[in-house]
Amino acid sequence: MWKAFSYIEQHAWVMLPLALVTVAIGGLVEIVPTFTIETTVEHVKGVRPYSPLELAGRDIYVREGCYLCHSQMIRALKDEVERYGHYSLAAESMYDHPFQWGSKRIGPDLARVGGKYSNDWHYAHLTNPQALVPESLMPHYAFLAEDELRTDDIQDKLRTLRTIGVPYTAAQINEAVLDLKAQANGQTDPVAFQKKYPKAVLASGDGRRVTEMDALVAYLQVLGTMVNFADTSEETLQQ
Amino acid sequence: MSDAALAPLGRRVPIDYNMDVVKKFTVATVFWGIVGFLVGVYLASELAWPALNFGLPWLNFGRLRPVHTSAVIFAFGGNALLGTSFYVVQRTCAARLFGGRAMADFVFWGYNFFIVQAALSYVLGFSRGQEYSEPEWHLDLWLTLVWVCYLVVFVGTLLKRREPHIYVANWFYLGFIVTIAMLHIVNTLALPVSFFEAKGYTIYSGTQNALIQWWYGHNAVGFFLTAGFLGMMYYFIPKAANRPVYSYRLSIIHFWSLIFMYIWAGPHHLHWTALPDWTQTMGMVFSIMLWMPSWGGMINGIMTLSGAWDKLRTDPGLRFSVTAVGFYGMATFEGPVMSVRTVNALSHYTDWGIGHVHSGAMGWVAFITFGALYYLVPALWQREGLYSVRLAAWHYWIATLGIVFYISSMWVAGIEEGLMWRAYDANGFLQYSFLESVVAVHPFMIIRMLGGVMFLLGALLMAYNLFMTVRSTSTAPKLAAGFGAGAIPVAAE
Repeated sequence: MWKAFSYIEQHAWVMLPLALVTVAIGGLVEIVPTFTIETTVEHVKGVRPYSPLELAGRDIYVREGCYLCHSQMIRALKDEVERYGHYSLAAESMYDHPFQWGSKRIGPDLARVGGKYSNDWHYAHLTNPQALVPESLMPHYAFLAEDELRTDDIQDKLRTLRTIGVPYTAAQINEAVLDLKAQANGQTDPVAFQKKYPKAVLASGDGRRVTEMDALVAYLQVLGTMVNFADTSEETLQQ
Repeated sequence: MSDAALAPLGRRVPIDYNMDVVKKFTVATVFWGIVGFLVGVYLASELAWPALNFGLPWLNFGRLRPVHTSAVIFAFGGNALLGTSFYVVQRTCAARLFGGRAMADFVFWGYNFFIVQAALSYVLGFSRGQEYSEPEWHLDLWLTLVWVCYLVVFVGTLLKRREPHIYVANWFYLGFIVTIAMLHIVNTLALPVSFFEAKGYTIYSGTQNALIQWWYGHNAVGFFLTAGFLGMMYYFIPKAANRPVYSYRLSIIHFWSLIFMYIWAGPHHLHWTALPDWTQTMGMVFSIMLWMPSWGGMINGIMTLSGAWDKLRTDPGLRFSVTAVGFYGMATFEGPVMSVRTVNALSHYTDWGIGHVHSGAMGWVAFITFGALYYLVPALWQREGLYSVRLAAWHYWIATLGIVFYISSMWVAGIEEGLMWRAYDANGFLQYSFLESVVAVHPFMIIRMLGGVMFLLGALLMAYNLFMTVRSTSTAPKLAAGFGAGAIPVAAE
């Protein structure tokens, strides 16, 4: 055996491919099956692509590095389920590019923050977290309320996501800008809007312009609300 | 400038090594180290006193944190790895770098251009949102190009070597370069929103995205921060101790088992999550098995000092290197423990993880680099020795104490958070709100920050010491007066 190694270490062209094969094995064995095993992502009802405004808000969440302090992954542990709600399913992030499960909780988990607070609470909290929670470590995001949201790229974003597997319909892509504004200014009929994007929460924008904060709040408000666990059986959750 | 004067004497023509590029990497390593530690101290302060965010978007924790991680891992660690690998591969192959001066310089400038662009993009609000892989697609493409050039230079030099064997340090550098290429390319596959937009979406989603990200993330630790730096260990410890590597066979086992097993360990970052259980179990099992090659390597490094232990008293550079291997042993023991699902249920999401990664990053990565720098700078600039051994000793003790402050405060904070989150009162309700755990660990945030300040102070001492080593007349070589560098070997013969 040592002789074989002696040969390898005298031939760079042998060592290079051998090293590559050696490091490739583990990843192949672990990663490839998660694409092929059907139950990796549970078959539950309710998970839908993000509405244009939610998607824009999600991109801001990613851009600002919120995932560095907030997880979006409730682990299957008793205390976490009691604190945050039903443990997170793989299906709930199946349209997340990228996933935002996080790795550290400097602040609490946000996987099911949707609907827990009012829009007004979120606007006030993002503007000045310490005004509502004096001991909070969170930075201020008042600037998001001043920044106008870019809308010229939203159709491209939906189209890009459809190319990589998020099932947006042609209508959703064509009407992306209209939908975004309708959800942001909160003037539209919520029932009609929720036919297109179930569980979507209308933002409380001022109706004149759409801010980045409107988008972020719309995203936060839908987090963890898409799946109705009351009519989800244990069996469908088996991976 | 060449260091032909340092080439082996004898019948061979002195080799005209490319040490110019190694010098550039050395300077960049010191510079980025200080930047990275400084940003780290600032972030630690923000977690103790959040007013320091000042409501400024570019100063917010979320945008600044990738600057810290990229600066210490890819800028400080990366420049150290690229620079030492170019030094080691030339010296141990007795060959000048392949590809000429231009290609080596391209690797240096291209890599550092990537770092500056990445850091700017984070503070300006561009991020892929995946830890340690935050740059957007156009920067990822640029890095791929630079990295392929790096591989070509390195392998090209191996191929034109004049020594029959490839020295063990080069196996580790090679494993590091090849694996990082694989990880980077697979993990950053993305579709841009348009050709003129920085924004792109990773082609993976949800669970698969998480698994691939931590396959990448954990092996950024395994190959960037471990295999590469083990290459450093296998060259600079034997050199400074003037002893051969303890066991050749152990090196072989160390290398092949380490690179084979590390790659499986990623899923231990995703215990109890929506990742299927079988994957979690595999990650855990391989993490525990990884303990063996890690400690095999540690033993190989430390035992190389047999018969030369006295040098620890006189050579602070070697003291850094050996302490680094000690921290490597500690961190690679703690890691497998934390990868056990039961332990991970407590430790995950807490500051214990932060403490663990810093005992590796400060204790192992930075210390082995400091050791290499204290050896390299006098060698590269052809000085008699360090400007001040006492200052280096001060650096050692301040930095070591800083690490102790850092990791012990994070252990306490992390375990406290974990216990508070799962505590129940007598009536069976959760005992603490999340906020109470934030308040409880406030003192440890301050202690951690102080540990960081000490570590930074030590690095500043080192920068001054190394600068004076190059500049001061007291360290100038005594022979050099009146001779061109290339003339010395002739005169000596």
